[in-house]
Amino acid sequence: MDADYAIIGGGVVGLSVAWGLLKRGRRVIVLDGDDGAFRASRGNFGLVWVQSKGMKQPRYAKWSQQSAAAWAEFAKELAENTGSDVALEQKGGYDLHFSEETLHETVAQYEELKAKLDGDYPYDVLGRNALRNEEPHIGPKVVGAILHHQDGHANPLKLLRALAHDVRRLGGRVLNGKTVTEVTKPDGFRVRCEDGTVIGADRVILSAGLGATQLGPKLGFKAPIRPQRGQVLITEKLPRMIHRPSLIARQVDEGGIQIGATNEEVGFDDRVTQPGISGLAAEAIAAYPALARAQLVRSWGALRVLSPDGLPIYQESRDMPGAYLVTCHSGITLAAAHARFLPDWLERTEAAPDLEVFSEDRFAVS
Amino acid sequence: MKTASPFLELESGPRVRVWLDEAPLDLPEGANLAAALLAAGVREFRNTPVSGAPRAPFCMMGACFDCLVDIDGVTRQACMLEVVEGMRIARPNQPEAADEAQ
Amino acid sequence: MKHSDLIVIGAGPAGMAAAATAAEAGLSVTLLDEQQRLGGQIYRDVDRVAPKRGDILGADYTHGATLTAAIRRQGIEHVEGAVVWAIEDGFRVSFTKDGRGAQVSGDRVILATGALERPMPVPGWTLPGVITAGAAQILLKQSGVLPRRAVLVGSGPLLYLIAAQMVRAGTPPLALVETQTRGDLLGAARHLGGALRGWNYLAKGLAMLSEIRRAGVSRYAGATAVAVEGSDRAEAVSFQCGGTRHRIDCDTVLLHHGVVPNTQAARSLGVTHEWDAGQSCFSPVRDRWGATNVEGVFIAGDGAGIGGAKVAEIAGRIAALKVAEELGKLSESERDRKAAPLHRQRAGESAVRPFLDAAYPPFREALAPEDATIVCRCEEVTAGDIRRYAKLGCLGPNQTKAFGRAGMGPCQGRYCGLTVTALLAQANGLSPDETGYYRIRPPLKPVTLGELAAMVDHADEAAE
Repeated sequence: MDADYAIIGGGVVGLSVAWGLLKRGRRVIVLDGDDGAFRASRGNFGLVWVQSKGMKQPRYAKWSQQSAAAWAEFAKELAENTGSDVALEQKGGYDLHFSEETLHETVAQYEELKAKLDGDYPYDVLGRNALRNEEPHIGPKVVGAILHHQDGHANPLKLLRALAHDVRRLGGRVLNGKTVTEVTKPDGFRVRCEDGTVIGADRVILSAGLGATQLGPKLGFKAPIRPQRGQVLITEKLPRMIHRPSLIARQVDEGGIQIGATNEEVGFDDRVTQPGISGLAAEAIAAYPALARAQLVRSWGALRVLSPDGLPIYQESRDMPGAYLVTCHSGITLAAAHARFLPDWLERTEAAPDLEVFSEDRFAVS
Repeated sequence: MKTASPFLELESGPRVRVWLDEAPLDLPEGANLAAALLAAGVREFRNTPVSGAPRAPFCMMGACFDCLVDIDGVTRQACMLEVVEGMRIARPNQPEAADEAQ
Repeated sequence: MKHSDLIVIGAGPAGMAAAATAAEAGLSVTLLDEQQRLGGQIYRDVDRVAPKRGDILGADYTHGATLTAAIRRQGIEHVEGAVVWAIEDGFRVSFTKDGRGAQVSGDRVILATGALERPMPVPGWTLPGVITAGAAQILLKQSGVLPRRAVLVGSGPLLYLIAAQMVRAGTPPLALVETQTRGDLLGAARHLGGALRGWNYLAKGLAMLSEIRRAGVSRYAGATAVAVEGSDRAEAVSFQCGGTRHRIDCDTVLLHHGVVPNTQAARSLGVTHEWDAGQSCFSPVRDRWGATNVEGVFIAGDGAGIGGAKVAEIAGRIAALKVAEELGKLSESERDRKAAPLHRQRAGESAVRPFLDAAYPPFREALAPEDATIVCRCEEVTAGDIRRYAKLGCLGPNQTKAFGRAGMGPCQGRYCGLTVTALLAQANGLSPDETGYYRIRPPLKPVTLGELAAMVDHADEAAE
């Protein structure tokens, strides 16, 4: 066997799991795609986010909270190991509202969730003035915000780079430019790539994002995931003007204002459209009017990796025991959980988190 | 910012008053702004937001974005603009400019 | 949204000729160009400038006035100052004009976006006072502004042209530091047969060289270890030549080692590009009419591969004839009859190109800069950074962009793309085609959020 684990997919999800396994002394090979592959890791918004997640499934809210809580130490360790700071900031984040009605509705939902989480859901409701004290650039159309203290953001590209670096430093083998075509289990697993590379491993983790739609069924997974396009904007680098992130905009560590994101069901089309970016620009200006004069420097479309209920999928294959599907659309938020806690689940240690609600069984019922 | 110019102007035409970082400057009306500033002895147009290194026009054809200036609170390419009377030119994205914008 | 049969993007020789030819054939044409006046870079501002400085700039420049005259004669809608930032299917072209967003639509698009200076990353190339040779030409053409104490560095006939024009204007450069070698010239000799068909180009080159020599401009050939010195601005050029280290004090450094197609718009549309080994750059794949793999998208002029102004003009006419035929304004036989002499002329005008490409190759050091040299001017990413990212598994420039921001700045990779591809190809032992290029997306040029937001209303109105 070449490795204990062959991980298919070298994005943030795959590398986070690889990192965690390597730290436990496992031998890991990561098979990564090519330069032009659909890569959510290159296109995501960079939030380390808790609020609004798991409104219908408290376990998901909890899992996000656990990851957010583990993030600081995770980031610190990556920085120490690689000399690369991933620009984590966890000073809270906003859900901005343009109407009192939506603000009240959301607060009511948060109260419900808070009760299910034994009160561990620290947030404050900021009215116009309180919000303006925190964020002087906020515009008059914003009536208020929910400031959730467990929210934050990081630089997702620096995270990707730090993981790519540290996984190698820890002895992981990362093979880039590989397209996995077939996985068989005659004895151990054999992972075959388009270019003829064959990797033998005791276990296989499928964390290939949308690639799982192709490979999942071959490994016995339902893998009912679909792409959802999110267009994102980023402006020229500006002096500090936004202090905490929101779902509408955040100021990245380099200075640009990142604005997101559309939710479009357009299949495997990751193009940017004028109506899409115009809509985003209008919403950002409604929140922060000074942005009207900012230059948009780049925009991109990235494809979210969505399951039917939006929750992650953690599933061991019944047809091929030892093969695991690990997929989610919040790879940044969950990176710390994937690095710190998921290996316990994979290795079946006593500390293994209960991930039953994230199994594929939930899709069979519907 | 302004010194004796390393550039020579072949012709002289009517000039108009513009403002560069609040200081008056007379530039040829309708001239290419980047060229006019260079000819007036402006050697550094901006400092990069990455390292703070000084920059000045490089390509003169709207491709390199090194000649960026602030015109009325908007970052623009000086090489793509023409001199207009009363133009207020500043370095792009100075922190105080953004504070005023609120 | 105004609709035309044909949208031409770029009003240089290819774009102007294409627009005029198409209009003559009866097509409605919208000509979009980001400059305030017709001409592109080669004929920049020719209508205003030719009477003033035509003697310095020469007849090759004033020829541009015949093209601008044709645009006016045909009554073509020329939208000046139109900075195109998105081209989408349909075709819907979004652009900024006078600080506002606007759109036009068309059945066909001819991209005539011309060339860019080949990036020449040498130590100190980001300092104020370092400009491209093309920039110096634009300063002279459009504004009558010339550097007083300049050193020209690199390779290619454009350096001779600028030096000669500076001599004529009374401010000869301090020196001409050329990076091509005698060996390059000897190697190019095998292309002389073709070049002789383009003898007029060679004759002009020789005339310019003698003009430069008579003015007493020092020339160095085969220069290596080129660096621009200075802390806050260019103060000198240093280089190695003939076993000696030279240092020339100056205020302005003009860099040039060829021009390359400006492929941003074509790439954003998904046009396939291939590595052109002869010209050391990517060029769009197109047929002899300029048609690309994207239906309805044509490319003419230097944006399709460097051929110079005359070739561009001819290619523009050829593409327009094809569009006119596709849209039913010409029969195939009319198209072919009109195009036949143009195809012949293009072959003649292109004959000198292999000789020039071989005699004036890109400066090797600038294709593989030393680690400390900045390659991405916007984000200040060095060659060493790119090599480090290659070691972290980056096979292509989109991964290095994510890892280290090269290509993320406002220039959108125009001045680092080729260098990053070259560095990665070298580091990974892959070809430039295998390595690939940046995925180019809108906005092709930055656009304010205010302009974008204002277009939401446009869309709503259109829907009502």
